[in-house]
Amino acid sequence: MTVNRLIVRLSFVHPIALPDNHPWLASGYDATSPSNDAACPEEAPSMINKIVQSMAEAMAGIADGSTVLIGGFGAVGQPNALIDGLIEQGAAGLTVACNNAGVGHVGLARLMELGRVARIICSFPRSSDPVVFETLYRAGKIELEIVPQGTLAERMRAAGAGVPAFFTATGVGTKMAMGKEVREIDGRSYVLEKSLPGDVALVEAWEADRWGNLTFRKSGRNFNPICAMAAKLTIVQAQHIRELGEIDPDHVVTPGIFVDRVLHVPYGDPTGF
Amino acid sequence: MPDTAIAEPKPLTRPQMAARVARDIPEGWYVNLGIGIPTAVADHVPLEREVIFHSENGVLGIGPAPPEAEIDRWLINAGKQYVTLRAGGSYCHHADSFSMIRGGHLDLCVLGAFQVADNGDIANWATSENDTAPAVGGAMDLAAGAKRLWVMMEHTTKDGTPKLVRSCSYPLTAVGAVKRVYTNLAVIDVTPHGFEVIDMAPGMTLEALQARTEAKLHLKQM
Repeated sequence: MTVNRLIVRLSFVHPIALPDNHPWLASGYDATSPSNDAACPEEAPSMINKIVQSMAEAMAGIADGSTVLIGGFGAVGQPNALIDGLIEQGAAGLTVACNNAGVGHVGLARLMELGRVARIICSFPRSSDPVVFETLYRAGKIELEIVPQGTLAERMRAAGAGVPAFFTATGVGTKMAMGKEVREIDGRSYVLEKSLPGDVALVEAWEADRWGNLTFRKSGRNFNPICAMAAKLTIVQAQHIRELGEIDPDHVVTPGIFVDRVLHVPYGDPTGF
Repeated sequence: MPDTAIAEPKPLTRPQMAARVARDIPEGWYVNLGIGIPTAVADHVPLEREVIFHSENGVLGIGPAPPEAEIDRWLINAGKQYVTLRAGGSYCHHADSFSMIRGGHLDLCVLGAFQVADNGDIANWATSENDTAPAVGGAMDLAAGAKRLWVMMEHTTKDGTPKLVRSCSYPLTAVGAVKRVYTNLAVIDVTPHGFEVIDMAPGMTLEALQARTEAKLHLKQM
């Protein structure tokens, strides 16, 4: 019905040919009548507003067993507030994909320590203090899929771009290629890697507007834009909320089409590693 | 003592190794320096030389390390150290950063290694098949993707076990990828004929070097 209404409205600008017996051409047809378009309310169309006011709203609907893509590299660009929100929200049996596997007993390490992560997909589970991950891993309480960092990034990018799998030279002849198709293309061997779509992405941005357009800060960009494009539900914590049009379109890194929810979290500078 | 007496070999120190690698990097190259020993190479490339350093986390054009007072907490390298950005530098996201690597745009990557075989195989990410927490990072992408891969490492382990081998016993990072190895004792090219020695530390002889190397060494015919 919404589509019909759109066509009727556009027809005022660009008349389109309709068959002579089309109901819209019948006498007495009122395109703006609610009876002709039940899905569309009478008042002006509501504004797109992806900005949410609470962490509970930001985290609503994350289901048990979800695959969660998390941005950040080291402490920079890491969506710590959203990870804490996910801890609070309670979803369990999660598969988490991000570059590292947590530091100390906070954030992602805390989520794992609470037994909520069944599987982690990452390139570098070591850190300055990987105690939680290592304890769980040795006890067989968490499954680890180790992925070369560029393959991890490309698997997310591919998922966002609708590419189900791709061939890469990375990992050929190593244990990363075990059990995967290897094909020779123009004289070089490549391994087939599948895309990594997420149910949810947790992203940290520098600026955001109500359409979800995002900018990032310095090396805080890292995995954030590709996590944003690879998930069905992309949740962003942003340091600064801007008016629509205030972010120079040339500076937008992640266009709002990839973003679902934005929470204002002005925490300042990253600390620790 | 006869004139032909062989002097005691003088292994290169880490800074000397870094300086030796830096000397061989031409102007205009885009270079990724691996975590560990290779990071020090940048200290020997002054800013006046336009060698452009890349880091996996989306930084192209890394400048010198900042003094404590000028640290920017938003700007780190892949080793999670604070860095600076030189004029002309730029940021990108991880997929673009690894497109630079995997798409063959980097002229050079310098990595550390546990072992290098004389067919160019490299093992640098895990020392056993049941490592408690294997961590590969970007090493496999760099080894497979850069136009050239050089390795910078000690010639042997601390207990004297050769690291230049006929076949790597540790899990591989990449197959047939290494072009050159810089050690504290020599500079060695990896060629279709195996290892070819192109330079040795002061006082080093081919015989003494061979004694510290598992794979067969050849002297480069200049």
